[in-house]
Amino acid sequence: MDLRFTADEIQFRDEVRGFFRTALPASIRRKMELGQRLSKDDIVTWQRILNAKGWAVPSWPVEWGGTDWGPVKTYIFKEEMQQAPAPDPLSFNVSMVGPVLIAFGSEAQKKHFLPKLANLDIWFCQGFSEPGAGSDLASLRTAAKREGDHYIVNGQKIWTSRAHNADWMFCLVRTSSEGKPQQGISYLLIDVKTPGLTIRPIHTIDGEHHFNEVFFDNVRVPAENIVGEENKGWTYAKYLLGHERVGIARIGAAKHRIQRAKALAADVMIGDTPLSETTRFREKVASIEVELKALEITQMRVVANSVRLPKGAADPTSSILKLKGTELQQATTEILMEVAGANAMIREPDHLWGTATEPSIGPEWTTTTAADYFYMRAASIYGGSNEIQKNVIAKRILEL
Amino acid sequence: MDFDFNDEQRMLKDSVNQLIADRYTFEQRKSYMKDASGFSRDVWNQFAEMGLLGLPFDEKFGGVGYTDGGAVETMIVMEAFGRGLTLEPYLATVVLGGGLIHRGGNDAQREALLPKIADGSLMLAFAHEEAQSRYNLADVATTAKRDADGWLLTGEKNFVVHGNCADKIIVSARIAGDRASRDGIGLFLVDAKAPGVARKSYETQDGQRAAQIRLSGVKVSSNDAIGDPDKALPLIEKVTDTVLAAVAAEAVGAMSAAHEVTLDYLRTRKQFGVAIGSFQVLQHRAVDVLVSLEQARSMAYYATMMANDPDPAERSKAISAATVQIRRSGKFVGQQVVQLHGGIGMTLDYKIGHYFKRLTAMESLLGDTDYHLAALARAGGLIEASA
Ligand SMILES: Cc1cc2nc3c(=O)[nH]c(=O)nc-3n(C[C@H](O)[C@H](O)[C@H](O)COP(=O)(O)OP(=O)(O)OC[C@H]3O[C@@H](n4cnc5c(N)ncnc54)[C@H](O)[C@@H]3O)c2cc1C
Repeated sequence: MDLRFTADEIQFRDEVRGFFRTALPASIRRKMELGQRLSKDDIVTWQRILNAKGWAVPSWPVEWGGTDWGPVKTYIFKEEMQQAPAPDPLSFNVSMVGPVLIAFGSEAQKKHFLPKLANLDIWFCQGFSEPGAGSDLASLRTAAKREGDHYIVNGQKIWTSRAHNADWMFCLVRTSSEGKPQQGISYLLIDVKTPGLTIRPIHTIDGEHHFNEVFFDNVRVPAENIVGEENKGWTYAKYLLGHERVGIARIGAAKHRIQRAKALAADVMIGDTPLSETTRFREKVASIEVELKALEITQMRVVANSVRLPKGAADPTSSILKLKGTELQQATTEILMEVAGANAMIREPDHLWGTATEPSIGPEWTTTTAADYFYMRAASIYGGSNEIQKNVIAKRILEL
Repeated sequence: MDFDFNDEQRMLKDSVNQLIADRYTFEQRKSYMKDASGFSRDVWNQFAEMGLLGLPFDEKFGGVGYTDGGAVETMIVMEAFGRGLTLEPYLATVVLGGGLIHRGGNDAQREALLPKIADGSLMLAFAHEEAQSRYNLADVATTAKRDADGWLLTGEKNFVVHGNCADKIIVSARIAGDRASRDGIGLFLVDAKAPGVARKSYETQDGQRAAQIRLSGVKVSSNDAIGDPDKALPLIEKVTDTVLAAVAAEAVGAMSAAHEVTLDYLRTRKQFGVAIGSFQVLQHRAVDVLVSLEQARSMAYYATMMANDPDPAERSKAISAATVQIRRSGKFVGQQVVQLHGGIGMTLDYKIGHYFKRLTAMESLLGDTDYHLAALARAGGLIEASA
């Protein structure tokens, strides 16, 4: 057993690190460092830079623009990217709809969509949740009725992140009411500009526009836009759950926050002592570092093990990654809140967006702290709430 | 021992709760927020009519003349305000500004100012914290220099709660001593429109208003010094302790309203064909919230009881202890009520997230949890060592 990277892996890490140092545009790096909101342009620009290098979709098969890195290098890549800190490539494209198309899409769909997904020529959003179907996703009611060579879609989605930036939506729709609810669901790709589809913003508690509600009023979707077979959508959506666990704990991002908190705390004086040198602060940060290290090694165990698992099989240990990962993401935003102190409560949205023309009232970096803290509360809600994660672990792993 | 309110206090509680129910629905609150000042003048005037704005003052200054400075009555009012997430400058004007004048001013100042606070025509703010002070009340770098017939104030103040709308601002400034020495701090009453006063108003994360205030050689007459201009710190500490007691009550109000909203949601929101409140894990979480809330409520009572204790050391220990509990409960309750709501808990257009944000804002008001924990530990804690 050896927990250290091999010489080859270290060389790879240095190469990746060097690339992020030089290729990430300074303006995007600055926004990331300050925790400012990225524009659609920023995300597109960066993903195209990655794609030009052949690194936008490293986990995809080589024939579709991926790499042959294997799990360890993919893991190194993601951690380095989060710590750079560089934006993640659009997860809806890269980690959600892309892998589903690769596994279940038609040749025509793959040819049409995959290159555009990698280059972010097409931006996808995820239309799963509905007002009545959140944790109980299988109870979704948005209906797609087949009429000739079209599906006619009626219903409503909610909490659709960045639908206002999107060109397309991958959507779970009900195509049958027979059998168990899971059995009548299909996976449909919908062009958001189709007549009858309306997107309305919902603002989040940080005052920002992250997500939306989406209404479907007789939206005509060509039948060829169904992925795989009718009524098998649930299986395809589930496929993702066992997939792409690498990097889901977002340890790199948590580490980056800790690095910042420690550096920034050196400038906050508690009387004559910098906050960073007070025992209480140090111990608090250290105890998060302990948990982060443990999770990092857990993540590496999962990565190492995934080489041995049959393709598509999920490592039970991987399910704790999201759970613990979100807790640590949240804990690191709380530490930054403490460092920022009362400054965090000053609301200056133009600084959050990076469009300010006047200096901030407090230190510049504190202008994003509260928004980060507030928004990060969602990490234990979306993508299967932490309560649901625990239910799943209890049932599937502990067999209770 | 008696935890019951007397008849008069019960009436006060009913009438303030009624006012909040009538005037502070979520939709109404949203419309008040849009006002340039960030609150409702109308509601403010109604506070005046009900006698709330003179609540802690003696009768001869337009107040109600409660015993003990109206500590219990203030708690009752602040709890209701916490439930409604009110936006009016009550804390800044009545408890803080009014408190400083009432307890530290001379009769001329009290006669001139307190009746105007009580009738709603005067708003105050306290400009004390500075960028570097980090919760230490003795850390004052703003200076007051002797001028022919008074003082000249220079410096920069931040986090001035409701400094945006104050007619007069009470400014702390150093007339002598090192930056953080306990002696040599004075309090000065400054007209918000006086030459040399520049204020930058801003919204806080919880929808309230505050200001950063720059003073460039602001002239203050000798008559406008409050108390002994060399020894204001004990007064500042005394009044901030009453403010912390008031904020404790406000936090309890916010927590209990958030808890109720959440219980309602657990009973009505259905997933998997049943109310989500039927899931045991959520039941336990709701109980954890209740435990946390009740611990906070007890400490809010304790803070109220001790806020005017004649022994400053005992008073401060009690207030720090209460504040630690309030902050911890506020954070836990705030985070959990959002979590229990799922996606809708994250939306700006729904009430629950606003409780979370207000509770978050309270966490750094006049000292964060660690600050008060350290203060309490330094003072020896609440229980004496004994073998
Ligand atoms: C910021 C954000 C972005 C999002 N982006 C998207 C997106 O792009 N696309 C999309 O489709 N969806 C998105 N979602 C929706 C997200 O997936 C749902 O919010 C989530 O599935 C929870 O559903 P719900 O909000 O309906 O809460 P509910 O399911 O109503 O849950 C409410 C509470 O009950 C708990 N609960 C529910 N069932 C159980 C149970 N059986 N046992 C124990 N506890 C339970 C939950 O954990 C939660 O605490 C987003 C959500 C957020 C907050």
